[in-house]
Amino acid sequence: MSAQIAETQEIKVAKKPAEALLSKRRRKLLVDPLNDDNPITIQVLGICSALAVTSQMLPTTTMAIAVIVVVVMSNLIISLMRNIIPSRIRIIVQLAIVASLVILVDQVLKAYAYDISRQLSVFVGLIITNCIIMGRLEAFAMGNKPYDSILDGLGSGFGYAWIILTVAFFRELLGSGAVYGMKVFEAIGLDFPNNGLMVTPVGAFLILGIIIWVQRTKTGYVEK
Amino acid sequence: MRQSNAYVIGFAAILTVIIGGLLAAAAVGLREPQQKAVKLDTRTKILSAVMEIKEGDDVNQIWEERISSLVVDIDGDVVERLDDGTAVIAESIDVGKEFKKSPQERLFPVFEFKGDNGEIQNYIIPVYGNGLWDRIWGFVALEKDLVTIKGVRFDHKGETPGLGARITDGEVQDRYIGKKIYNNVGDLVSVQMMKAETGDASIYDEYHVDGMSGSTMTANGVNDMLMRYFRYYSNYFKTIDSADQDEIRKAEQVDEVIEDQQPMKENVQTEEVQ
Repeated sequence: MSAQIAETQEIKVAKKPAEALLSKRRRKLLVDPLNDDNPITIQVLGICSALAVTSQMLPTTTMAIAVIVVVVMSNLIISLMRNIIPSRIRIIVQLAIVASLVILVDQVLKAYAYDISRQLSVFVGLIITNCIIMGRLEAFAMGNKPYDSILDGLGSGFGYAWIILTVAFFRELLGSGAVYGMKVFEAIGLDFPNNGLMVTPVGAFLILGIIIWVQRTKTGYVEK
Repeated sequence: MRQSNAYVIGFAAILTVIIGGLLAAAAVGLREPQQKAVKLDTRTKILSAVMEIKEGDDVNQIWEERISSLVVDIDGDVVERLDDGTAVIAESIDVGKEFKKSPQERLFPVFEFKGDNGEIQNYIIPVYGNGLWDRIWGFVALEKDLVTIKGVRFDHKGETPGLGARITDGEVQDRYIGKKIYNNVGDLVSVQMMKAETGDASIYDEYHVDGMSGSTMTANGVNDMLMRYFRYYSNYFKTIDSADQDEIRKAEQVDEVIEDQQPMKENVQTEEVQ
């Protein structure tokens, strides 16, 4: 996946003094990753966890929150440290920061959301290797101010979150006939057979493919 | 200046110390809630073998009111203290660790579930064994006759999702309800999960349950696990007054049993699966 990190590097933004809190440029930082530059569907990063954890809504929501927290916090920390990080070991420093944040998230989940942390199992730990995070650090936080980096992190985090939540919604609905564990089809009195395919990662591939298809039809994005 | 080797090494060292300290502090600070979470999870699993646990139920309170526990050895004698004098607490026994010892040295926890009138209604025992890919474990709740199964809860580490992992499904676990582990002549027969899945529970007798299609190896592991643990606990079962002694010890109605057993004999796997 490292080849794709290069793609993210085009988003280098020039520094300007005294800007509005949500100027047009900053809004772009926040909104772009939601659609036009979505980390999953356009940059094709973070696919692994998008396939693995999305069979139910609840763990997916937790995963989304965890990724948002980690990407925002690591963007902020790296951005604050960007002028003192020796460039020769910058990747290692980024990795150390991300890994520490992920371990913190994992520990907190184990303490306060034990069930969900068991369902997510290794995938919380694997946030470390989620290319979205390292990609944002290297491409954005290393060269931008803290506040901009937070916005960028929020943008990327939510860009990741809405995609995996959409995938999880359809997988849980079609695979288990439920949303957040609530049996919707039973509730409205419909006898809907569960689709076993949707419970497996194959279902995630299909739904992700459909999302990308719809999105690219609308935005007209073509891979060069 | 900033790029000198000394700066790089110094930076790395300071970063390591700060991050290491932070993580250590977090680990220590969160240890207590984590242990609480694990304990609550175990209690929920044990209780859910005998009763429906709903979201929002105060599991700890139910536990305090309903559960009393003890520890026995392979001979059925109650163990209160270890050789070095430390008290034995059933809840803190790691069944997985005990599993590595020889059965003679193992400690076996028993959880007694009391009904509304304070009398013991069910006995819950932990079970542990090998599935197809990795370890499987669970809790089996027996009625006070110690013959009939009240409910089971299985869990696993790495069984195939959609196949062997179905042992955690309520639908599969419910198949065990009302089954018997001793036959009428007092032999321990355990409950065998069959090969292949018919979806028709009515064709099985009291000692067999419907299989899971495509997961015979996991089912074998479950069968083996149940058989072993019922055997380990059988000496203890004999010491309990409410136990159905007729079924556990004495031989009666021999012919009926042989009829029951015959047609399924060929599929039953009782040999040790390692």
